[in-house]
Amino acid sequence: MTSPREPALNVCGLSKRFGEVQALKKIDFQVFSGELFGFLGPNGAGKTTTINILTGLARPDSGSIHIGGVDCVARPRGAQHLLGVVPDESNLYGELSGFENLSFCAALYGMSKKERTLRARELLEFFDLSQAGDRKFGSYSKGMKRKLTIAAGIIHNPRILFLDEPTTGIDVASARQLRQLIAKLHQGGTTIFLTTHYIEEAERLCERIAFIVEGSVVRVDRVDTLMQPVQNHHVLQLAYQGGPENLEFLLRQENMTGEEDHTFSAPHKGILQVEAPRPIRVGPLVRFLEDRGAEVYEARKIRPSLESVFVQITGIEAGMMHKEKERKSAKGGEA
Amino acid sequence: MKSWIAFWNILLKDMRTYYLKPPNVSWGIVFPLAWTGMFFVKSGRGLESLPSVLPGVVAVSILFGTTSMLAVTVTFEKKNRTFERLLLAPLPLEVLMFAKTSGAILFGVANAFVPVIMGALFFGLPPVAWHIFVPAVTLIALASTFLGLFIAVAVSEVFEAQTFSNFFRFPMIFLCGLFVPVSSLPLFLRPLSYALPLTYGADLLHGSLRGEHALPVLLDFGLLGIFCTGLFLLSIHNIRKRWIA
Repeated sequence: MTSPREPALNVCGLSKRFGEVQALKKIDFQVFSGELFGFLGPNGAGKTTTINILTGLARPDSGSIHIGGVDCVARPRGAQHLLGVVPDESNLYGELSGFENLSFCAALYGMSKKERTLRARELLEFFDLSQAGDRKFGSYSKGMKRKLTIAAGIIHNPRILFLDEPTTGIDVASARQLRQLIAKLHQGGTTIFLTTHYIEEAERLCERIAFIVEGSVVRVDRVDTLMQPVQNHHVLQLAYQGGPENLEFLLRQENMTGEEDHTFSAPHKGILQVEAPRPIRVGPLVRFLEDRGAEVYEARKIRPSLESVFVQITGIEAGMMHKEKERKSAKGGEA
Repeated sequence: MKSWIAFWNILLKDMRTYYLKPPNVSWGIVFPLAWTGMFFVKSGRGLESLPSVLPGVVAVSILFGTTSMLAVTVTFEKKNRTFERLLLAPLPLEVLMFAKTSGAILFGVANAFVPVIMGALFFGLPPVAWHIFVPAVTLIALASTFLGLFIAVAVSEVFEAQTFSNFFRFPMIFLCGLFVPVSSLPLFLRPLSYALPLTYGADLLHGSLRGEHALPVLLDFGLLGIFCTGLFLLSIHNIRKRWIA
């Protein structure tokens, strides 16, 4: 896949070993200027190791990294001013207010007091935190903490922003608001490198996605290209009550729709799932069920999702990934 | 200029969030006072014992003040991940770590002057060679702070840092010549004494307050400077090896 845009980040043959564990196995990818790039994989796949290496918090064993043209392996701290990092846990100072935290982070990048004040106020406004600007960071809710951490990550207008699991462990409303803010940042031209285990989040936000499994990047592509194989896969779910227990078996046996390529399954009690390589006719199905005493009360077309692509490519059930991460997040809480 | 802004703000932030907190201010005052009182009582003498007590109290105050604080400002922040934010800043690691330790150095120097000021107010000070005393206090504060940094980088929990610090602090107090002259120590312990930075600091303090130098002043300053540089560079090396590996 080529792009007319210039690469903001170029990673080539990156490897890292921790003792016996080969955490990264010669991974390659590029992130283009202004792009929102998703980095998807289960826990332990190598996402955080990759981010740590790219941001200068760890050293690779081999490979090259160029950020904005700077060779980050030869000059590990040479590109620090070009990048912003938002870790998976808020790492600001609980003792300082929101405004003071932003001002302090700006000072780390050498901004003058006047610039710091202006930028901090601007970001507090952008992230809808103006009212809480004078409150101590320690008293913020998880969603507010995450928003301020993102604000701190972009305080110096970085060329590329690394977002590590930005919506993990926060409530649904805050997560939604954060996704909107991320989209807004992206529309404003910020290059974003996003790691997440929420596949639907990556699907909604990202332009291109890399799947990483056990330290290897198994696929990098545009979301629409990744989705192509599942675009012609149609799934229909019917919810019903009553009728015989083995409805899907009867459907299969009697081939009631006359369509050889339909497959039937019952993922849950009272749910019939039909899959086919073309649109599925609902009428014959409903008639078949009602003729056998079942009452159909809902027919729902299941939209093909990136999750199916992820499962196909990696062989990992996405649901498992969510559960594991949420458990970890609930246990660890926020910083 | 940009590095200077970052340096200054790290120092200010640490001052506000750690060193100027009431518990630490009171520690900085009460601890040296308690040591002073203890040595006065122990000496059983009056004002004339001040020059002999002061070097020990000054050195111990600096040593405990700086090493204890580093365990919090570095180990705690590393554990809390706030230290990562500093590591991400576009600053040379040396500048960053010097900024991070400068609060402790100032805290150590301030600690050192508590018994001096108290002595001056209540007893009157004996003649002090300030041109030796002030740089000596500063170098002892630097060496102790960098020793604290070396320890803080080697461990991952605050309690480990405190325990590990004691492993260095207590033997150092008794071996550095503050209370027992190095020349009076058993022969086999003397090489160990000369391997400790505080030995040279103690000699400078004794010299500035009592005029009794065991070693030439310049040698004391030179060796103390080498210890400071060595401990700082070793800590930086360990940070690179352990935290940016």
